[in-house]
Parts: sequence; C-alpha cells; structure tokens
Amino acid sequence: MADVAFTVTAGTVEAEAGGDVADYVALLKPRVMFLVVFTALVGLVAAPGSMHPVLAIAALLCIAAGAGAAGALNMWYDADIDAAMTRTAARPVPRGRVTAEQARSFGAVLAIGSVLCLGLMANWLAAALLALTIGFYIFIYTMWLKRTTPQNIVIGGAAGAFPPMIGWAAATGSVGLEPLVLFLIIFVWTPPHFWALALLRTRDYAKAGVPMLPVVSGADATRFQILVYSLILAPLGMLPAIIGLGGTFYAAAASVLGSLFVVFAIACYREREGEEADRAAKNLFAYSVLYLFLLFAVLLVEQGFGIDGGALPPLWAS
Amino acid sequence: MQDAEQERKRRQRMRSVAIAWILAALVVLFFIVTIVRLGGQVAVRPL
Repeated sequence: MADVAFTVTAGTVEAEAGGDVADYVALLKPRVMFLVVFTALVGLVAAPGSMHPVLAIAALLCIAAGAGAAGALNMWYDADIDAAMTRTAARPVPRGRVTAEQARSFGAVLAIGSVLCLGLMANWLAAALLALTIGFYIFIYTMWLKRTTPQNIVIGGAAGAFPPMIGWAAATGSVGLEPLVLFLIIFVWTPPHFWALALLRTRDYAKAGVPMLPVVSGADATRFQILVYSLILAPLGMLPAIIGLGGTFYAAAASVLGSLFVVFAIACYREREGEEADRAAKNLFAYSVLYLFLLFAVLLVEQGFGIDGGALPPLWAS
Repeated sequence: MQDAEQERKRRQRMRSVAIAWILAALVVLFFIVTIVRLGGQVAVRPL
C-alpha cells in the first residue's frame, strides 16, 4: 500500500481526467460478482418458503453491489500488488485511469449503501452477513492474510463462501445447516482453485511479494495440497444430497463432477515439469470454475423447478 | 491540452449520466419494493 502513490504517479495526468464508466465497472470485478450473485441466487432459491420475486431481485442486486464494493476496496488497497503483476497490471488503478482514493470512496459508498439497502429490502440478518463478508474480504483477507501467510486464500476463502448463506438469510431471515453446507463446499473449493492459478503465476506472485503457497513452499507441496483439498471436496459435494437439500439428480451430478475434480487434481499432481505441468494446472483451474458453476446450477434447477428426481433412499436421507 | 480538457469533460459527463441513471433506477426500485412490502396492508388503515 505504501507504494501506491509511486505506482500511480505515471498515470496521474490520466487519473486527473477521472475514469470513464467502464473503469468503474472494472473496479467491481464483474466476473467475481457473477459467481457471487449466482451462488447467492442458489441459496435464495434453495431456502424453504417463497420470497416475492421483486424482493428477491432487489436482494440479489444488493448482494451484487456488496460484492462489487469489496472488489473496488480490494483494488484500492492492493494497487501496489496489482501494478507488479502481469495479470492485474491493466486494472483501472495501476493503469492510472482511477486514483486509489477514488476506488476507495467508490467502494466505501457502495459497501455502506448495499448493506443498508439489503437490510431495508430483505432483513438485517442478511445485511449483517453481507457486511461481515465485505469486512472479512477487506480487513482479514486483503489487508492482513494476503501479505502475511501462504494460508491466505484458505482462510480468506470464507469471504467467497458466504454468498449462498446471505441468499438463504435474505429469503428466510435465519441460517441453518443447509446454507452452512453450501458455505463449506465453496470454502474447500477455494484453495485448489486459487492454487491452480498460483502455480501458473508463481513468478508474478513472487515479484509482487505475495506469499502464495507455491512461492513459499514450492510447486510440489502446492500440488500435494491441491490433491488433498480435492479429495475432501469430492465427498463434501455430496453433503447437500445427504441432508436432503439436493435430490437424486444432484447426487449423481455431484459424484461425477467431484470424481472429475479429483482426476484433474491427480493430473496436476503427476505432471510437474514443463508445458505438461502448466497445461494440467490450467485445466484444473478452468475445470474448478465449471465444477462450482455446474454443482450449484443443478441445485438451482432442482430447487427452482422442483425437478429433483426424488429424494435419496432412506439409508442416505437424514 | 485542449484535447485533455475535452476528454476530462467527456468522462465527467459520462459519469454524471451513469449516476443519474442509477439514481433513477434506485427511486423506481425503492418505490416498487415499498409497494410489494406493504402489499394489501396499504388499504388497511383507519378512515
């Protein structure tokens, strides 16, 4: 953070003109926002009872704005890291299109506004969870863990795991076992997802001084950790079916998708040199996104359209 | 220099237009949400 002033000096003239609308949209990290809104939607739809569609859309808009706020605040604080990494150097702050202070103000207004609106439009438990998510992402992950420990994304992953719980809370005004299970799936999914990316960007992270696992412990240790988390994730993905949140279709999808995740993780563990290793990490990263999307999509279809193929046999069902 | 000034004005105008649209959308959203939350209760009041 101390280097931000230096980093953006080159773009000060550009920043004086202020960013255009596209720059502010980029500050929201739209792709991350999409996944957040999607998983929140699943939590909202899977929750018992019904929520008026208008209130559901309003709640999702608030969650989207909250996710965007976290992205903007992250880009404010991490401007020095972003400038040092190839992957993030084109972001609005390091490029000088928006000053770090503008990003901070934009994020702060959006964060406060989204939490207040969610409280007024849905309920205050959901608003408190959204505030906790934004706070956790900024204060715990961005400001503390990211720069100090290779376990940064393990603990910090909690921030990305909260959205289904927020969606559930918005619909019901409470949280229970079911949203906790959805939380756990995303929480365990996060490390192998980000470590696969970190394997491909190790030099970038090292240059920026971010202690990602491959930088601190090496690629082989990271591949082993990825495999361990994948072996935990595959059975964990079955939990919604076991507790009755997902039906037979979900159980079938989760077992196939989870097994494929392990297959990709094994390939990543075995391929350790050259282009083959890069390709294995790239495949795992791409598949991890698809895995989470499909897993939650099946749950969404089952719960949203009532097509669950029936509950699992009594032996499985709780 | 004139180009820079023009560019600054253009971006400022675009931002202002975007903020205006967002505010208008928020007004509409708050109105609709209020009606939905009040529901049938809006008619239940002492005369």
